[in-house]
Amino acid sequence: MKNQRLQRMLVTSASSLLAVFVALCICAVILLITGKDPIEAYKTLFGAAGDTKVLQGALNRATPLMISASAVAIGFKMNLFNIGVEGQMRVSLLATAVAGAAIHLPAPIHVLFCLVVAMATGALWAAFAGWLKVKRGVNEVISTIMLNFVALSLVAWAFDAFFRVDSATGSLLVKTKELPSSAWFPDIVDRRLNGMFFVAVLVLVLFYVLVWKTKFGFQLRASGANPGASRVTGVNPKRMIMISMLLSGALAGLVGMRSLLGDVHAYQNNLAEQQGFNGIAVALLGRNHPLGIFISALLFGYLGEASGRLQLIDIPKEITTIMTGIIVLAVVIINEAVKRWDDRRIQHKAALALEAVAVAA
Amino acid sequence: MTEYSQSNNQFAVELHGITKRFPGVIANHDIELLVRPGTIHAIVGENGAGKSTLMKTLYGMHQPDEGTITVNGNQVQFKTPTDAIAAGIGMVHQHFMLADNLTITENIILGDEPVDGRGRINFKEARARIEMLMTSLGATFNTDTNVSELGVGQRQRVEILKVLYRGAKILILDEPTAVLVPQEVDELFTTLKRLVADGATVIFISHKLDEVLAYCDEITVIRQGTTVAHTTPSQVNRRSLAELMVGSDLPDPSGRETKIGTDVRLQVTGLNLAGEIVGAKLALEDINVAVHSGEIVGIAGVEGNGQFELCESILGLRTILSGSISVCGQELSHTETRDRINMGLSYIPFDRHREGLLLDAPLWENTFLGREGNQSLSRGPFISRTKIEADCRSIIDRFGVLTPSEQVPAFALSGGNQQKLVVGREMVSDPKVLLAAHPTRGVDVGAQAAIWGELRHARDNGLGVLLISADLEELIGLSDRILVMFDGRMTAHLDPATATPEMLGTYMTGEEQGAAQ
Repeated sequence: MKNQRLQRMLVTSASSLLAVFVALCICAVILLITGKDPIEAYKTLFGAAGDTKVLQGALNRATPLMISASAVAIGFKMNLFNIGVEGQMRVSLLATAVAGAAIHLPAPIHVLFCLVVAMATGALWAAFAGWLKVKRGVNEVISTIMLNFVALSLVAWAFDAFFRVDSATGSLLVKTKELPSSAWFPDIVDRRLNGMFFVAVLVLVLFYVLVWKTKFGFQLRASGANPGASRVTGVNPKRMIMISMLLSGALAGLVGMRSLLGDVHAYQNNLAEQQGFNGIAVALLGRNHPLGIFISALLFGYLGEASGRLQLIDIPKEITTIMTGIIVLAVVIINEAVKRWDDRRIQHKAALALEAVAVAA
Repeated sequence: MTEYSQSNNQFAVELHGITKRFPGVIANHDIELLVRPGTIHAIVGENGAGKSTLMKTLYGMHQPDEGTITVNGNQVQFKTPTDAIAAGIGMVHQHFMLADNLTITENIILGDEPVDGRGRINFKEARARIEMLMTSLGATFNTDTNVSELGVGQRQRVEILKVLYRGAKILILDEPTAVLVPQEVDELFTTLKRLVADGATVIFISHKLDEVLAYCDEITVIRQGTTVAHTTPSQVNRRSLAELMVGSDLPDPSGRETKIGTDVRLQVTGLNLAGEIVGAKLALEDINVAVHSGEIVGIAGVEGNGQFELCESILGLRTILSGSISVCGQELSHTETRDRINMGLSYIPFDRHREGLLLDAPLWENTFLGREGNQSLSRGPFISRTKIEADCRSIIDRFGVLTPSEQVPAFALSGGNQQKLVVGREMVSDPKVLLAAHPTRGVDVGAQAAIWGELRHARDNGLGVLLISADLEELIGLSDRILVMFDGRMTAHLDPATATPEMLGTYMTGEEQGAAQ
């Protein structure tokens, strides 16, 4: 009877694939309207998959997406929509850049210290939204969106007022004081693929174990699936909201670490921009499941990496941004339709099985 | 089955050979229904027998796969309810479809507003028509009242007005008395009789046999999706009609051989609970209940008179103002819900969908819900899926849940089987006290008998049960004592051996019992 679960997974994956396919078709129409050849465009876009460098870049781009999608998904699992991953990430980026540059520690411990600071500050910022919801009943969608703006402005101001240092190389880009090399997260492939990729995969594995294999995860899912039912079994909904917000925020704090510890090694204004928001799309496409998130993050990472190739044939690379947007829309619509169909299918099957039992008896 | 005389009497509604299949199940097959004009025609059958499916066919909410529908002699095909309304058929749904914040007039005309030349609603005309209908119905409403201020019985009358306003001559009422107390039932039928006298035809769906026998002119019985008998109240009695419905022996809630224990399992003393709004009256006022081991204490009352709040208070889901609650002598006031459950408190919730089940989750997750503390189902912080699945299978077997496996999601089960699963989950851990809220609501007779059997069996083994039910027969049959709740207070204390549904109804509508408490 295990295959029932497998079937559900297949149906779920099929609906996501369908969404991607639909999005490709719509983008083809858009390309046609703008007078470009969609077949050539897709050949170029997906032809790049043969290039190892592009694949390495795709994995590298997928790294923050996997983490931010996990941050979003852990909230989704309990019906919390943490739209504030971007803001939580931004706060933790500056905090980590400043704290990391302020001390000296041996290499592995320094990196670990930075990751802990990042998680703690991300969780702290998310805790605001959790606290508002628990204490005052403020919808977390509203509060996390608003807190994004607060975070952006606050960080920009604090950076400008206290932490910016003039660049030694005379570059116009202002940064914080550079992190000592002991805090750098090593690359797997030099300047192409950072080691944070493994951290991201670890996050996905831990996410899976926590949510699907532990009692806590069961309570989390139960609270999300039916808050009323889990409440009467003594699961304190407020406590669950706080915990999942903190977990989500802690993961959000990790999102920017590939850029900070693995690439730029200092905070600058556009660092890791949009990586928090993009996690929402990845989580949606990946259906909040670690495996789905992994694959979706790779897809989005790949689209981002390969889009540069399009410019070579005179197609604006923004077409991949449009594609991402359409994928998300298609996912939402198709998932709903497929779920209804699948629910009916399961009901039908259960009824058939029972009829067979009744006939046998 | 009564043979109709071969007169040229035209029927208001004729259904022949109606068959409706849903994927995998036949909801209706070979339905034969003949409804004379100017009668109240009851369609009876147990839950899940196919009554609602049939009525949806007649009201155009779906199309039959086979068979013909004839209304007033004309064969018709309804594609949508609009077609049915045009043919003079109206439906009063079980769940009222009224907008609380609109007035009675607005609700009645909603979707069918008379407009003047400039597109404005002509309230004058609307009111005049409604006044006329009200006179024929014998209702007296101020039609400018907001619907939110009306009681259940009145709302139902507004629903009927709504249907009449659209010109219905044939009214379908889907279990209209499920939400009413006995006195309101009387009023409803007075209204229906007037309508029938004016030439309307009423099709009345019910599984409450007493009212069917008392008020209806003809009866059609549905069993397992098909019509099995056509009769009149004079030809049958309660028992024979019930047997037609069930087709086999009837479950009987009554009877006990063991003695009530002497130890108190659940003790509620002087319980006060504040109302939702600050400064409003108390939601629960001076509640005193004791449940002994091996005892079932029934709580009767119209829904919304504090039963829900009482359960939530006992479970520790609400902070009480004053009073004490103890289970097996242990005071609970400062313990959390989870600890109370671990101390042997168990709860069959009011609404299995809202509070009992994770509908999208497989059955094994559903039977695990609330039992995460059970050491045999987990390893440290991890869940033991194999053990949980085995445990779920044993619940399925013991409580007779009909399901292909423990892997199907809960929504795939019928209501009765879902309820058996919830009851099984709550009873399998051998609780000390069970709060059972409507344990057999919306389940078929078979499941009802099974659940009653389990409750009785557990009671004989010492379980103390606080039984909250709207099914007065269930209350009288199962309880060792009955308390009536009204407006957050216990207003009567009755002996089920002498209590009648009418007595309960009187107390449930607010009459105080003299010095009995």
